Amino acid sequence: MSIKVINDKCTGCRICISACPLDAIKVENKLAVIDLDKCNLCGACISSCKSGAIAIEKKQAKVANKEEYKGVWVFAEQRNGEIDTVSYELLGEGRKLADKLQEELAAVLVGDGIRKEAGKLTAHGADKVYVVDNPGLKEYQDSSYSKALFSLVQRHKPSIILGGATTIGRSLLPKLAVMLPTGLTADCTGLEIDNEKKLLLQTRPAFGGNIMATIICPDYRPQMATVRPRVMKKLPEDPSRKGEIIEEEVQFVKRDMMTKVVDVVKDETIHVNLQDAEIIVSGGRGLKAPENFKLIRELADALGGAVGSSRAAVDAGWIPYSHQVGQTGKTTAPKIYFACGISGAIQHQVGMRTADVIIAINKDPQAPIFQIATYGIVGDLFQVIPALIKKFKEVL
Amino acid sequence: MNIIVFIKQVPETTEVKINPETNTLIREGVTSIINPFDMYAIEEGLRVREAKGGRVTVITMGPPQAEAALRQCIAMGVDEVVLLSDRVFAGSDTLATSYTLSCAVRKIKDFDLIICGKQASDGDTAQVGPGIAQHLNIPFVTYVRKIEEIPEDRKSIRVEKMVDEGYEVREMKLPALITVVKEINEPRLESLRGKLNAKKAQIPVWTFSDMEMDKERLGLDGSPTQVIKIFTPQPREAGEIFEGEAEDCVNKLVEKMKENKIV
Ligand SMILES: Cc1cc2nc3c(=O)[nH]c(=O)nc-3n(C[C@H](O)[C@H](O)[C@H](O)COP(=O)(O)OP(=O)(O)OC[C@H]3O[C@@H](n4cnc5c(N)ncnc54)[C@H](O)[C@@H]3O)c2cc1C
Repeated sequence: MSIKVINDKCTGCRICISACPLDAIKVENKLAVIDLDKCNLCGACISSCKSGAIAIEKKQAKVANKEEYKGVWVFAEQRNGEIDTVSYELLGEGRKLADKLQEELAAVLVGDGIRKEAGKLTAHGADKVYVVDNPGLKEYQDSSYSKALFSLVQRHKPSIILGGATTIGRSLLPKLAVMLPTGLTADCTGLEIDNEKKLLLQTRPAFGGNIMATIICPDYRPQMATVRPRVMKKLPEDPSRKGEIIEEEVQFVKRDMMTKVVDVVKDETIHVNLQDAEIIVSGGRGLKAPENFKLIRELADALGGAVGSSRAAVDAGWIPYSHQVGQTGKTTAPKIYFACGISGAIQHQVGMRTADVIIAINKDPQAPIFQIATYGIVGDLFQVIPALIKKFKEVL
Repeated sequence: MNIIVFIKQVPETTEVKINPETNTLIREGVTSIINPFDMYAIEEGLRVREAKGGRVTVITMGPPQAEAALRQCIAMGVDEVVLLSDRVFAGSDTLATSYTLSCAVRKIKDFDLIICGKQASDGDTAQVGPGIAQHLNIPFVTYVRKIEEIPEDRKSIRVEKMVDEGYEVREMKLPALITVVKEINEPRLESLRGKLNAKKAQIPVWTFSDMEMDKERLGLDGSPTQVIKIFTPQPREAGEIFEGEAEDCVNKLVEKMKENKIV
């Protein structure tokens, strides 16, 4: 592995010097020279170079015959036997990728007594469903579920595996990626197939959403990604769609069950299902007092939505942390997001700016929230919200 | 209890910008801090030690400057720190990083519990913790919001894991790994004595030759994923703002929403 300047191409333009975060490049005799002791191979210079004169030579990884790997797989997440919506969203997206590659789309369904659900996956776009149905898989465990997936990957060699970027997907797939081993891109919001090399282009936010990065996995297979829920669109369910349902045997031993669920506690104050909500009404410091959250709740109820908040309201103790939207709270992507008495700090925005429609209510016309709002009302929320509640009750 | 905590040094702000000319991140003048989620991991390590005895070792992989993060850990009261730093680690993705970190654990050998933050604030992947556990073939639980119990025999641990509907109580054998969320504790401040210790501490640095590792699995060579492009997300278009009487504004808003079939 090394980095080098291709002297024939280098124009000595010096752009790479300012691109290098480590001050490792200088120009001598009109050619860039890289100080290898300082360079950490971050690649910043390569993307800055307009003449393609810097290259990192990477040893080709020793991966099995790439061409053997075919087909797009979706890990069909289920909880208590019920398939999670994110799985259908992934099938919708997976369908596009598979069509583009002219390969098959398969879902992998793992659990206990879940075979009967397989038809729903074909109805949402899967050509095949691999089912691992085993009493040992009743409760979700990273260790047993990853073993099931690992065995199937070895048998059928898919080229792409997608899973939801959920609490389950984000622990199962990292484990699986190390077992295989292969690359894994976390929390993608965009997937595409590149025309030339047929690689999966995986786009994801970094730095709290301030930067987007596109990532590939050129030399290892399968290419794996977790995908943020509520970003991809599912296909309408078509029960007449037929597919092949294949039952797979996987043997489990005691050692495959590395953790044990002792108890499951449902707790509304811990969990507020903001990620799934289609409508979120959030309140911030502008509410002035904890009891005023009842206005927010009332508006949310009128619309059938969930209640969110800014961190300022959480820090003031007006509402539990589980409602917090933003960088250190939840990332949401609802159809409609109401920001009431929230200034719209960047840390708040990263948790809600992918909403389809943002409606801001704030008395300060300069509040940053108005810069990203689809609609805004400049006014006192104590007048605006009651009027909104009344109006929505009339029209809905 | 021998506890290992993994931390990462990250830019203080996530408001990084892209230089439009060079298409690279502008890093000038951005100070580095300990990944905020890792602060909870350090604190939890200290609390377990205070309850059960033992030692807390904090490890980070990074450039020589990452030493500053380790000094801060000493100031918070951890017993030992190690910096993994070598040119061959450069360019690591989550697979290569978790492999490198697991090699450091193998060198330490004697450990009961590994604690990581839920994710790093720059990459936001949450993949390194589970990756380390898999490399070591030990059990793990992610998104832990509470350690309920470590029994007297110290052979197991019971934790609360945040899940979508609330939390699950899970048990596993030690040695094991957990990744922790913000709810688990309130990180302590550095003590005066800690700061003094931090100042004079020698920070041990382990390089490639200090650990038993397979060179092919390190750094860029050991990293299956490659970033091919970075860009600034499309800004949202500014929308329509209504001003005036509350009722008027509300009527106009709801009209618009109907017009555009939002409701
Ligand atoms: C590392 C870090 C992480 C963070 N993470 C998060 C996060 O996850 N989520 C988050 O939200 N924040 C986060 N923050 C905090 C963030 O920077 C802001 O401080 C916070 O979002 C402000 O909350 P707010 O908008 O409710 O309060 P303010 O900024 O105080 O805004 C209140 C708004 O209410 C308006 N207002 C007041 N009275 C009325 C009224 N009667 N009618 C209408 N409008 C009124 C005001 O004009 C003002 O715009 C983070 C900060 C840091 C440093």
